[in-house]
Amino acid sequence: MPDDARAAHGQAIHRGPLWELTISRIKEALRDPQALFWTFAFPVLVLIGLGVAFRAAPPSPEAVALACTLPAGACTELRSALGEQPAIAVRELELPAALAELRRGKLALAIEAGGTAVSPALVYHHDPSRKEARTALFAVQLALGQAAAPRMRSREQAHTEVGGRYVDFLMPGIIALNLLGSGVWGIGYAIAEQRRRKLMRQLATTPMRRSHYLLSYMLSRLVFLVPEVALLLVFGVLAFGTPVRGSLWAIAALSLAGSCAFSALGVLIAARADNSEAIAGWANVVMMPMWLFSGVFFNYELFPVEVHPLIRALPLTALSDGLRAVTNEAASLASCTSELVVLATWSVVSFALAMKLFRWQ
Amino acid sequence: MVVPGSEEVALRCEGLRKRYGTVTAVDGLGFAVRRGECFGLLGPNGAGKTTTMEILEGLTAPDGGVVEILGRRWEPAQRDWLRQRLGVQLQHTELPDRLTVAETLRLFRSFFARGPSVAALLALCALEEKRDARVMTLSGGQKQRLSLACALAGGPEVLFLDEPSTGLDPQARLAVWSVVEGVKREGGTVLLTTHYMEEAERLCDRIAIVDHGRIIALDSPAGLIAATASTQLLELELERGGDWQARLCALPAASAVQGQERAWSLCSSAIGLTLPALLAELERSGDRLRALNTRSATLEDVFVALTGRALRDA
Repeated sequence: MPDDARAAHGQAIHRGPLWELTISRIKEALRDPQALFWTFAFPVLVLIGLGVAFRAAPPSPEAVALACTLPAGACTELRSALGEQPAIAVRELELPAALAELRRGKLALAIEAGGTAVSPALVYHHDPSRKEARTALFAVQLALGQAAAPRMRSREQAHTEVGGRYVDFLMPGIIALNLLGSGVWGIGYAIAEQRRRKLMRQLATTPMRRSHYLLSYMLSRLVFLVPEVALLLVFGVLAFGTPVRGSLWAIAALSLAGSCAFSALGVLIAARADNSEAIAGWANVVMMPMWLFSGVFFNYELFPVEVHPLIRALPLTALSDGLRAVTNEAASLASCTSELVVLATWSVVSFALAMKLFRWQ
Repeated sequence: MVVPGSEEVALRCEGLRKRYGTVTAVDGLGFAVRRGECFGLLGPNGAGKTTTMEILEGLTAPDGGVVEILGRRWEPAQRDWLRQRLGVQLQHTELPDRLTVAETLRLFRSFFARGPSVAALLALCALEEKRDARVMTLSGGQKQRLSLACALAGGPEVLFLDEPSTGLDPQARLAVWSVVEGVKREGGTVLLTTHYMEEAERLCDRIAIVDHGRIIALDSPAGLIAATASTQLLELELERGGDWQARLCALPAASAVQGQERAWSLCSSAIGLTLPALLAELERSGDRLRALNTRSATLEDVFVALTGRALRDA
């Protein structure tokens, strides 16, 4: 009996190091409210946000353009036949405009309708590497098959030229995304680290100006900007043959403006945070919506048209749209004015807010 | 308290108060430091020394009280003027690991309109040999000297040092002291906090003993000791022991009774009265002495006598 008692006693105390280590870890995690928030509350908030954005909506219709040179009556007939198919949203455009939008990834399919009213001929312009092109094509064929297919001749024309491929769409966005990460996360982390190490407090005892301190982060980012952008640009050209049709100066100016905006955001999220967990959380809050909505991986035309102005006001959208226009369509810097204005506004507002909120201790 | 003539006052504070929640960190504290003087705030951890320093350094706003440094107050318009003339070494600052010693000093020097050259700062803190070493490779003592050099980068008129030698080995501590003594020789005003008696005795012209956010004694090191020169410290070990607190306190000329069970200590201002009474008390209670040790009080004992607590682990 005493032996049993001792054994039971021993067991109660000694559950072994793995048990104790695990329990300690769990307790530490539970006692850190910040970590709890990012682990549990934040994902739920993201889900709620996405749920609201996509609530009960059927898949958005694929964007299709109709460039019709047939007599007006035949065009109207064609248009109404296509209009009955819910899987596509049809707009009428001139052929060159339609092909340009196709290249930018804003269209899934462009239909060129020519020939005569008696014997119309259809050409389906699309990028066969994109899934939405297939969907749109099937939907169009289905719509016309029911209506007027017997008297139609049609053929497909694949657009896989440089500047219209998915990789061409992707590359400028990836450059923008990279600048976003190194600005927001890179700077936010560095500042929080200096605060944790009390170095910031030490600096606060000197006559150093706050604006100099914060600006130094943004300026040092600019030094790394050149190799960062150049590396991706050159890699894209060599490995995938992505185009660089516009001027390098325009790319440099846009990257500079973008980097300023993202650095200012980095300074802003570090205005109060004093550890890397908090920075990681704030960086997610800032970056996650932009990853989703800014049209880096897929075109933001997919989102409801009412939110497009909001999406275009995001700095990542402005930078990737601007870069894409310059590299793929040889757009001039002047034609990217609205993007530059968006980026400059984010830079100034974030920096001013950071100066106001910044805590040295 | 002797308040020196205002023309030679480098720093003055009065009625400083600071609360953190329900804890009163600084409770109506005030003193004045003359130009060229080295003034020490001595007290245990949590006595309010660091909070006082932070208020004086303009890092923390007090809840009440007045601070005047070089005749000016911490008002927005005076900040830059003051920062240009003050040198501050904080507790536990970590300087950037990947910068070298010389680069770190160049950075701090750049913030000030005037001050010694980087080479002069290196010499001042005996870091010439380490000028191209990265901060992460320095020893604790070298890091502390570097942080001192950073505090000296603007050639400050008033130097604040918060526990400059805490955590250093004796040799590194001596090296830090010789830097501070160099600053004193040049006529610099120094305000330092410490919980080391030797440090206070060696460096300070005057010492304020701080406890619970208040100054409980202020004098030169010699003056503080002289005030208790006649005091003897008795340390006794009893055979049986028990709760002797009340019985020891009741002894004539006894004060600062401390201890438990068998080991006790007390101060006596008249050993000739205390000792016979103690022996009589032992006789009465049937206990016996296992050991008895008496010696003259040191500054450390002065502190214990004043605060009722030991200095280092209070």
